[in-house]
Amino acid sequence: MTASSRDLPTAYVPSGAAPARDADQLRARIPGWGVDLDPADRPSVPKLQFHEDLSGAHWEFPERQPERWPRERSIEHAFLTPVFGTACPPHGLSGVIRKFSYRRYSEGRAAHWLLLLLADRVDAWESHLRSFATLHPDNPITETGVLSEFSHHGLSSRLGRRRSDLVHQPLDPVIVAGPWVAAGGAAFVGIRTLMRMLRR
Amino acid sequence: MRAMVYRGPYKIRVEEKDIPRIEHPNDAIVRVTLAAICGSDLHLYHGLMPDTRVGMSFGHEFIGVVDQVGASVQNVQPGDRVMVPFNIFCGSCWYCARGLYSNCHNVNPNATAVGGIYGYSHTCGGYDGGQAEYVRVPFADVGPALIPDWMSEEDAVLLTDAAPTGYFGAQLGDIAQGDTVVVFGAGPVGLVAAQSSWLMGAGRVIVIDHLEYRLEKARTFANAETYNFTEYDDIVVALKRQTDFLGADVAIDAVGAEADGNLLQHVTSAKLKLQGGSPVALNWAIDSVRKGATISVIGAYGPIFSAVKFGDAMNKGLTLRMNQCPVKRQWPRLFEHVHNGYLKPSELVTHRVPLEHIAEGYHVFSAKLDGCIKPLVVPTAA
Repeated sequence: MTASSRDLPTAYVPSGAAPARDADQLRARIPGWGVDLDPADRPSVPKLQFHEDLSGAHWEFPERQPERWPRERSIEHAFLTPVFGTACPPHGLSGVIRKFSYRRYSEGRAAHWLLLLLADRVDAWESHLRSFATLHPDNPITETGVLSEFSHHGLSSRLGRRRSDLVHQPLDPVIVAGPWVAAGGAAFVGIRTLMRMLRR
Repeated sequence: MRAMVYRGPYKIRVEEKDIPRIEHPNDAIVRVTLAAICGSDLHLYHGLMPDTRVGMSFGHEFIGVVDQVGASVQNVQPGDRVMVPFNIFCGSCWYCARGLYSNCHNVNPNATAVGGIYGYSHTCGGYDGGQAEYVRVPFADVGPALIPDWMSEEDAVLLTDAAPTGYFGAQLGDIAQGDTVVVFGAGPVGLVAAQSSWLMGAGRVIVIDHLEYRLEKARTFANAETYNFTEYDDIVVALKRQTDFLGADVAIDAVGAEADGNLLQHVTSAKLKLQGGSPVALNWAIDSVRKGATISVIGAYGPIFSAVKFGDAMNKGLTLRMNQCPVKRQWPRLFEHVHNGYLKPSELVTHRVPLEHIAEGYHVFSAKLDGCIKPLVVPTAA
């Protein structure tokens, strides 16, 4: 090696110029350094090893869970899986959109996911409106937990900090409150227009 | 029972719900004694994951006491203190039989691309989660394990996801002795990934984030070098300089869908939901590692496309490895490491939030207030 090549960065010469890391020093400094050094002796190795004990399963194929309502499923599945979650059955307009998305589109289609996201937004609006007919209406102040700004150092957690998220955090209240403000404005304009028409 | 319920993006509350019932002979009902909020719960909270339904209870990190068991359950009984992996898995499908518990094909009718996860939308099976007083645990003979007497509750709850996922992320990096490992993200998973990299023989561990209090934790908890990307015009160039213009041997993306550092990427994904996730950290990983390096992705992304720089990944001959962590496969080794003091997941806990105040807990964690790294949730009846 020429004298000048020793001064070149590692990537440009055959052997690296980076100083060798001393294993004994690392072992002394870091508790447990190197205890999993052997790649063949790590928990996920070997990949795809057949586990004869089936991790405690005492079935070849599990007994089927009763289907208490028509359960939506991916059309990439051969059948309804033997076990499934039973939270929040589809309902209302959001349920119609969700069931259509599952029935019509595979997971490989963007339409499937975009329809599900649309259904999520419709679901939120349906639920907000429904809550106003109950004794427990949605309360954006308590449900967003925003009062913790006062009890958990909202200002000092941000002021003078080089936080990259401070640029877009002002969008969060717009996302939460924006649709409510817009809906309130539309309702106000609608009612005012109706009143004027009735007065004529 | 009292349970956290989702009410739409950025909105949750605690409601009275029915105690879950045995739906299948191998179900158990577990009374939750301690739960945690995971960084990936924030993707649900922000409305980023498709088919997140109003009324669902989140929470895939929890421990508890078995309350009821189904007729075919043999391995646990009422009164047992159990820790429950975040994966719901049958043990017997093609994937489970080969140790890929996170890819179980028998538990999620809604999607074939992902297995079942507690409280993680219908895209992950439509199961209610453990941020509640009770939770249904399918395949009780397969998933849960008894909590060893010597293990603290905090360690146990962190071993249901955050700690094994971080450790798994280091494994996916195929770390060899002396390797330089860059971990993007100093949240709980990234911090454990950094700590685990040393166990696998790393010669240098670097952690990247923009939150100074988390970088401080990376220095003290994980003995890592740290870089705050907001202090550099271009963190990729900074990393090249730090590695003698070669690049790191291994990079671990422990950030996922809501990565900061590029406003356009963040807004189009986390705010406008036009991408499955903001792949800022992943793109930085692709560009900053050396050619032929390995990138491990354990940050969670949604199922829609993301603007990832695959051209650079291909041209550099990179190996990209990723999966949801099969938690139970990691447990025997992780129990040893926690017992020996090599991993200390409980040191990540910064907040304990009563279930009744969980909305504040989510806000504090989401807005990164009060030095929050890992919030735990204490159910009312615990």
